[in-house]
Amino acid sequence: MKRYMSIWFPCLLTDWWTKRNPQHRDRPVVFVEKNHGRLIVTATNIEARQLGIHQGVPAADAKAMVSGLIAIDGIPDKAEQLLAAIGEWCIRFTPVVAVDVPDGLSLDISGCAHLWGNEKKYLTDIASRLHEHGYTTRIGIADTIGAAWAAARFSANPIVEPSQQTAALSQLPPDALRLEAETLERLHKIGFRTIESFMHIKRSALRRRFGNHLLQRLDQALGHEFEFIHPLLPVAPYEERLPCLEPIVTRTGIEIALQKLLDALCERLRNEGLGLRNAVVKCYRVDNKIEIIEVNTSSASNNPLHLFRLFEMKISDVKPSWGIELFVLNALNVEPVRLNQSVVWNASQTGFEKAELTELLDRINVKAGADAVFRYLPQEHYLPERSIVRAQSLLQTTETPWWNDRPRPTVLLQQPEPIQVTAPIPDYPPMLFVYENEVHKIAKADGPERIEREWWIDEGEFRDYYMVEDELGQRYWIFRAGAYEDGRVARWFIHGFFA
Amino acid sequence: MRLEGFKPLSVDAFHVDGLQNIEHAFPNAVFPKGCVHEFLTFKQEHVAATAGFVAGILSKLMNRNGVCLWISTRRKMFPTAFKAFNVQPDNIVFVNVRSHQHALWAAEEALKCKAVATVIAEVPELTFMQSRRLQLAVEKSNVTGLVLRTDAKKLCTTACVARWEIKPIASRLDDGLPGVGFPRWNVSLLKVRNGKTGSWMVEWSADKYTVVEQRNDERELVQKAG
Repeated sequence: MKRYMSIWFPCLLTDWWTKRNPQHRDRPVVFVEKNHGRLIVTATNIEARQLGIHQGVPAADAKAMVSGLIAIDGIPDKAEQLLAAIGEWCIRFTPVVAVDVPDGLSLDISGCAHLWGNEKKYLTDIASRLHEHGYTTRIGIADTIGAAWAAARFSANPIVEPSQQTAALSQLPPDALRLEAETLERLHKIGFRTIESFMHIKRSALRRRFGNHLLQRLDQALGHEFEFIHPLLPVAPYEERLPCLEPIVTRTGIEIALQKLLDALCERLRNEGLGLRNAVVKCYRVDNKIEIIEVNTSSASNNPLHLFRLFEMKISDVKPSWGIELFVLNALNVEPVRLNQSVVWNASQTGFEKAELTELLDRINVKAGADAVFRYLPQEHYLPERSIVRAQSLLQTTETPWWNDRPRPTVLLQQPEPIQVTAPIPDYPPMLFVYENEVHKIAKADGPERIEREWWIDEGEFRDYYMVEDELGQRYWIFRAGAYEDGRVARWFIHGFFA
Repeated sequence: MRLEGFKPLSVDAFHVDGLQNIEHAFPNAVFPKGCVHEFLTFKQEHVAATAGFVAGILSKLMNRNGVCLWISTRRKMFPTAFKAFNVQPDNIVFVNVRSHQHALWAAEEALKCKAVATVIAEVPELTFMQSRRLQLAVEKSNVTGLVLRTDAKKLCTTACVARWEIKPIASRLDDGLPGVGFPRWNVSLLKVRNGKTGSWMVEWSADKYTVVEQRNDERELVQKAG
């Protein structure tokens, strides 16, 4: 069964302003905005309301009524921004929070309240926390969003017990149904002062007089029709949460929290035959900051011990400051896990299928940075830089065989480096070359091996590669870029070192 | 011997084809597997030569399906070349770390892992204590570690079983044929625990090592290169 909470901020903008300008506390404050060429009051605080200033009153009238009224120019979309920010802060209470414009929030609190004891304590906690931040709130809890909305704004009793929404709504005015002003006016004109007075009228008659919207709102409030909410943050399907009664400040505390979260998540993943490739732990601090640690694995894993060791290396990055009150573990990327089968024919198993190896590589990855571990696969290109490609995963293979007809150097420079050469005749290897201020006299040479550019990928000069051996027996891979032409000095490069 | 990290001779003693002469320098005339070797590679050319020489041993250690970790701070190895030494290049996992402390940490972690066949680490220096740590790690896991040291100024005593130096020397071609011959190295064992030091000329041809006799003119060249 679902439970919803609706939070109403009756003085959202003015509360926000008073919080930033505490010297004007207890004074009437209004927000004014231009409408059809005149200034209209759009938001008021409680003090202003007590003096009789309401929304829609022209600013000039309001100023005439109350001396010392503080009128602030309205900021476009400020209310939505504030609600979104408060909504994000509310994620510590429930994962599903939605903004309910213009002045409220809707929260799906199913299965959350018992963590605080009961719904009353949960509600009091949220209200007092928001009050500490300077916001006046009224909160309602009910089975449906509509009933919670009504309870927050119109009912003396904020909590509507499960499946009691019909009784709770019956004595409230029709305004509690989130209707348009026009429909409300007609309802009042006819004399429907409470919802009960028209709740039992035939539906066809209501539809004829007031349109479908009234019936829809009524059904939504009473729970006959499901209402969707659009959460601020999409809920990650693999998520574990751990709220803490006391803020956590010690490393041991964080370790215990991580272990609990990982145990719960891995249990779930194991039952579904999945493992995680990427996980994030968000630590919500008391001072509203969020500390994030993230780990990646090289193959899907649901081993809590291994994952804990990965996170353990990053715990020192977490600054608990005054304490962490909520841990959220999110598995962002899950994949089916390879089952460990007992292997009969051992020769077919490569080392990459061993769990110890992937766990080792994960640990290195976490410590040394995400780009540290890689292996290569051959690619069907002749250009040496392009002949190999980084493999996407440890088990990736390709049909392309490793190419072995021509000698290749064991050490390849990432960028070919220019050298000075003395070359006698075109198409012969040079007699000597200078690399890093050292002269190498060439004793033996092999080549040229011409490697053309792939014109469909990029343009450039072809390369004539020579394998040369100097007098000391050191072997190099050098090349000339392009052909000899009149009036141009041939450019030579060194690209590698042979074994 | 056992305290020094040498295992008693097992039934499947490890031999590398063609390196029998060099194996005689080690205790029991067996190539020491499951311990840490160090290689002096102070020049780029020596790194390339050592990579080639080591690759031949790797092919035996990895035994077709094993996995080898190559830990360094700069990417420069060209995997395609290893195919010529019978090593499947996609079975080599390259680990590129930021500092040499990270490289040593990664090497130690990798040496503890039994799923790895061989670990090769390129580090500028290796102190005695660091080499002890690596040695203790391999004693439990029986993984072979090869450390390539790249800084000549920071040479010191280590707990490794052997100190090698591989230098390229001129290849030999019969009958004055043009071109460059098979890779050939001057392999020196500068230190061997409980063994004899020595120097050999080794060639890699036809998928195996051959220890070749030095001719007089070549000996001069080796001295010149050294």
